[in-house]
Amino acid sequence: MTVRVLVVDDDSALAEMLGIVLRGEGFETSFVYDGSTALDAFRRIKPDVVLLDLMLPGMNGIDVCRALRAESGVPIVMLTAKSDTVDVVLGLESGADDYVIKPFKPKELVARVRAQLRRNEDVPPESISVGDLVIDVSGHSVTRDGQPVPLTPLEFDLLLALARKPRQVFTREVLLEQVWGYRHAADTRLVNVHVQRLRSKIERDPENPRIVLTVRGVGYKAGPA
Amino acid sequence: MTSPLLRRLLGFPNRCSHWVLYRWRRSLQLRVATTTALVSAIVVLVIGVVLLGQISGGLLDAKRKAALAEANNGLRVATAELSVVTDTGSDGMRNSLTQLVTTLSAKGSNAGLFDVAIIPRESGQEPVVSGGIEPGDVPPRLDKLVKQSRQGYEYSSIPQAGGGSVHGLVIGEPLDSPVGKFGLYYFFPLQSEERTLALVQRTVLVAGLVLVLLVAVIADIVTRQVVRPVREAATTAVRLSAGFLEERMPVRGADDLARLARSFNEMAESMQQQITQLEELSRVQRRFTSDVSHELRTPLTTVRMAADVLYGARDEFPPGVDRSAELLHTELDRFESLLADLLEISRHDAQAAELEAERLDLRRVVSRVIEGAEPLVERTSSTLKVTLPEEPVVAEVDSRRVERVLRNLVGNAVEHGEGKPIEVVLAGDDEAVAITVRDHGVGLRPEEVGLVFNRFWRADPSRARRTGGTGLGLAISLEDAHLHNGWLDVWGEPGKGALFRLTVPVRAGGVIVESPLALRPPDASPEVERPAASWPPLDPDWDGEPTPDLDPETGAPYNNHESSGISVGTRLERDTLEDGR
Repeated sequence: MTVRVLVVDDDSALAEMLGIVLRGEGFETSFVYDGSTALDAFRRIKPDVVLLDLMLPGMNGIDVCRALRAESGVPIVMLTAKSDTVDVVLGLESGADDYVIKPFKPKELVARVRAQLRRNEDVPPESISVGDLVIDVSGHSVTRDGQPVPLTPLEFDLLLALARKPRQVFTREVLLEQVWGYRHAADTRLVNVHVQRLRSKIERDPENPRIVLTVRGVGYKAGPA
Repeated sequence: MTSPLLRRLLGFPNRCSHWVLYRWRRSLQLRVATTTALVSAIVVLVIGVVLLGQISGGLLDAKRKAALAEANNGLRVATAELSVVTDTGSDGMRNSLTQLVTTLSAKGSNAGLFDVAIIPRESGQEPVVSGGIEPGDVPPRLDKLVKQSRQGYEYSSIPQAGGGSVHGLVIGEPLDSPVGKFGLYYFFPLQSEERTLALVQRTVLVAGLVLVLLVAVIADIVTRQVVRPVREAATTAVRLSAGFLEERMPVRGADDLARLARSFNEMAESMQQQITQLEELSRVQRRFTSDVSHELRTPLTTVRMAADVLYGARDEFPPGVDRSAELLHTELDRFESLLADLLEISRHDAQAAELEAERLDLRRVVSRVIEGAEPLVERTSSTLKVTLPEEPVVAEVDSRRVERVLRNLVGNAVEHGEGKPIEVVLAGDDEAVAITVRDHGVGLRPEEVGLVFNRFWRADPSRARRTGGTGLGLAISLEDAHLHNGWLDVWGEPGKGALFRLTVPVRAGGVIVESPLALRPPDASPEVERPAASWPPLDPDWDGEPTPDLDPETGAPYNNHESSGISVGTRLERDTLEDGR
């Protein structure tokens, strides 16, 4: 089964180049050149990964990202020319799973796309509990008192990584490697933002977390069950 | 032994005088009002003294004239009376004189009440007096005058019938008669004149005080009218300088003060415009940087990807073309890092760089950088020796920036280390954390020490570059250090290598007093003290340990520890980069 990638970018040269590179890696690509038609195209094509430029005519990337996230947990990788924290954090907070800063190397992009796809691979049935949450690993679902807690695949993986080894402290770098699959792309903002998002969904009081705890100066750990 | 209370009491006048002095220096209003009151008090005093002198002189003059007229009149009466006395016997004489005194003293006149005394000028006769007068009350000088048959008067004290005495005027006249020679004395008490004078004095005093007070109050009011707008201007200026650019002075009327207010407001207006313009300019500049960044990056990404595809397929190209693909590939790397560095430094220039400080163990940061640098080191014959403390070295730093600084320093050491060992040391204390990177390569000449942090400066342009630095690495590192409120210093000697030291405070925004690591390595040439007189004045921004010197050409402070110029340490402050060099 070929992997479908939807590229949302207004720069046709870049889009075409992305197409060449991605097709060279065996992906099937579709293109959308402005934000307002991105949602329709997404519903029609049902891609496995979305590459989304942040600056788009029509509807900006942040809004497109929110709209996509509202109806799907599809992995979204932002393409951004701005490396300023505000822009990156804003993009991540609007629902993107990862970002690549232009100019990027083709290999880097492909690695990130593959890392996002790895999430959907089959895993043996397994159930882990953390706090008052129950994680169904194979079913990719989390429940609290029988009620499902909706998480994106990335948030699910982040929670799973922490919950598999309760009380072990994970540095941000280790989490980047385990959850995102990078060895040297050390931007820990990714981790910070996603931990915040995860907490807002699973913690009863996100200001006073009990499941995902911060270890000052080191990283994060799963709280005691 | 002094009790606290006593000390406080003793200190009170001191504190009072301090307070008054403070108010005096601070308040124009107080100064003007006080000065006016003092000057008018002096004027009123002089006028009062002159006025009182005039009035008392006039009063006494009138009294004296009336008294003299009365006395002359009495003398005529007495002379007439005594000329008809026939009984010159002791008792008869006495009776006549007593009757005469009674007649004379009972008269009364416009000179007021008075007493009379007739005192014989020859022996054998008894003096006769009216009221409570004693013969001894006659002033001796007057007595002498009368005895010489001359008329005279004198101010003296006059005893009263009921006891006590009052000021008075005594007039003496020689009374010559067939029955003997006498002195006729008139005693005029000046009681009513004194009362009048006292009343006048009181009136003048009260009037003077009221006048001085009124003048002071008027001066105060008038000054306040002038001072108030000035104070308003001062307050407004303070608010303006505090950044409240909307602040204006109220304009009342059309006088000079209103003109002051208007000009002040115009000044504020134009200042506000300028500042807004500058802010706009800076915003536009930042926006421009951001836009350029975006606009450049998108096509660069396309070029980058295209170059990578070409590079991947270079084996299929004919010779020449494949080399071109390789060159395109490697030079794009350089172009990219140059662009990234340029954008980073312009972010610093636009002061758009933000410190994302978090508490972390710097040993991990150092280890990460060392790990990343190993492939680079392996290409040379040099080795990396890292000294890390046993216990965590925790500080609030921006890990991305500290890592970048260290990557730059290590990369620099590898490039200039000539394959000799490179030493990295980390240390921390309660206030600061320091990392030094030492190489044993070519080192730095004294004149180079002030230049290493300059943009695009290269120690030796002819040397081949291994790490492909952009020439902006150390400039950005310095900015990163400053963003942490930290230092980036360098020591270097030709042949002995160079040592770079990064010092950052443990707490974000803290101030460093001393670095935990020495800048000068043990093998540095000994320092030679320069004569103190030749040292330029201290830089006020300077907060480091050694006394700074200023680079005569660049104005950048550095420590020229030695006149022979063999060993040089430097620390560059922000100015260096803002000189636009």
